[in-house]
Amino acid sequence: MSQPTRGYRVFQGVNGVVLTLVVLVTLYPFVNIIARSFSGEGHIRAGEVALWPKGFNLTTYRIVFQDSMFWRNYGNTVFYTVVSTVIAMVLTTCYAYVLSKRDLKGRGLLVGVAVFTMFFTGGLIPNYVLVTSLGLKNSVWAIALPNAISVFNLLVMKAFFESLPVELEEAAEIDGLSTYGILLRIVLPLSKAVIATMVLFYSVSFWNSWFSAYLYMDRTELMPVTVYLRNLIAGATTGGNAGAATEQLSQVGANIQAVTIVLTSLPILCVYPFVQRFFVSGVMLGAVKG
Amino acid sequence: MSTSTTSAPPPDTQDPAAKTPRRSPLPVVRRGWRRAWRRDWQLYSLAVLPLLFFLVFRYLPMLGNVIAFRRFEPGGSILGEQWVGLRYVRMFLTDPTFWQVFRNTLWLGGLTLLFCFPLPLVLALLLNEVRRRSLRRFVQSVSYLPHFLSIVIVAGITLQMLATDGPVNHALGLLGHDPVRFIQEPGWFRTVYVGSEIWQTAGWGTILYLAALTTIDEDLYEAARIDGASRWRQIWHVTLPGIRPTMITLLILNIGTFMAVGFEKVLLLYNPLTYPTADVVSTYLYRAGVESNSFSYAAAIGLFEAIIGLVLIMSANQLSRRTVGTSLW
Repeated sequence: MSQPTRGYRVFQGVNGVVLTLVVLVTLYPFVNIIARSFSGEGHIRAGEVALWPKGFNLTTYRIVFQDSMFWRNYGNTVFYTVVSTVIAMVLTTCYAYVLSKRDLKGRGLLVGVAVFTMFFTGGLIPNYVLVTSLGLKNSVWAIALPNAISVFNLLVMKAFFESLPVELEEAAEIDGLSTYGILLRIVLPLSKAVIATMVLFYSVSFWNSWFSAYLYMDRTELMPVTVYLRNLIAGATTGGNAGAATEQLSQVGANIQAVTIVLTSLPILCVYPFVQRFFVSGVMLGAVKG
Repeated sequence: MSTSTTSAPPPDTQDPAAKTPRRSPLPVVRRGWRRAWRRDWQLYSLAVLPLLFFLVFRYLPMLGNVIAFRRFEPGGSILGEQWVGLRYVRMFLTDPTFWQVFRNTLWLGGLTLLFCFPLPLVLALLLNEVRRRSLRRFVQSVSYLPHFLSIVIVAGITLQMLATDGPVNHALGLLGHDPVRFIQEPGWFRTVYVGSEIWQTAGWGTILYLAALTTIDEDLYEAARIDGASRWRQIWHVTLPGIRPTMITLLILNIGTFMAVGFEKVLLLYNPLTYPTADVVSTYLYRAGVESNSFSYAAAIGLFEAIIGLVLIMSANQLSRRTVGTSLW
């Protein structure tokens, strides 16, 4: 190790300051929103809320908790996320496994079919027309089916399957296991890490999605909570959240937004510290493959 | 890995064409399909449902673009009723609103590329210089966080931060400024959009660079030090060339999504007051198609958008292959 020069030490100091700023700028909005969600409306209006709640009260939380539509939409989000993730996992695993067989005839074509869709898509309108005419509107299928395979996830999973030792599968084949048997009894048990990563990738993206539901769901009671929140921040002028449009509500508008933001991101914020490492390794796995 | 090629199953079932080093003459390949099917039909059967998915939900919509050249009526055939030629293309090319949203798209796309592409690289280089591992991990964890939130939440937070009674305006007030109506003024939209995009994506963008940085050989730094290279010159001559393939790949991908800039985010952040700067091609076609039911017209715009995107990504790819020898395919 050579001696750090003076210039380098100055750089280290500046670097520390810059990165501290990055952390502060990233975190401040969260802290502020949480503080706002517990604050009195008057203090928010006056712009007094920064890091700590002013005029602490739980009125807004009570209002949101009593809104049956909020809970209904929250439940929808859970339901849509689970169904969509299961479908996505089955389809992605099957295809990734097929693609991982290096000596399969026609493999290049099968890869091409998937990869081409990363660069050219049908576009919003044909998709909308398709989903509508298939009669998928107002059902979970409108969310789950059109997004059943993410090509990025597919490639990550394929890379993982390719890294498994071939000898194991060959031994299983000699012992008389069929392809399905090999996949279910040999490959999947060895792939817990990548399966966990994929479940996380898919479930977070379905939990966070809003546009499919916004596009294909007509009735408020079918909306996921993200659309509930979207309707709130759009000013709630369309009467999107019927039943709660009281005077009380309009008074605490800014507050309700803060509370809903906190409650909607809560599950993600809670699991984030635990799942973050999974995501990171998953993305790197995909990145190394290119 | 060498294991996969050396230890093949019994030779009679092997298709020699699948292995690159020993390419066999054509006849063997021709006979291969039937044999491959007999041997691997179970594998192929696993591909049926996924292929059906790609066919129905990815390739059928590509075909569905023919409604850009046919009159479509809601409730009618999804491929339209009758041919109308380039009617809808001509329509949007003479539509002044289209050109306005086209300009807005170029602006937002250009600004996003200008700021959101290099910032993760800079951040990754700074992070890479941090010696304390725990500190580095902490900064990374925090900066990834916004990436995991729904875009609706990001938009909600952005609107709250920039509201007239929000923290930003409060800070401006302390400096003696009048409150700025960031959300309602067209002049502010681009700043607001790019700012929130940076907040959401810069940290996550570092991840691929950091992965690439770990693959650089330590010996190269050692050699550079012995040659008397300063820290700065080490970055310039060792680090940057080391992550160049990653940079190029990300740049190509960024250019490919240029036309589709932040559709969802714009949709969440804009309002009729800010349309003059905020409305982009994708939001315009969304309103024309889904809200006003002009499906054919919107499809024509969408097809135009997709083709530009494809051309952009292919030319970027070609260019980088010619100039630096890295490409996506």
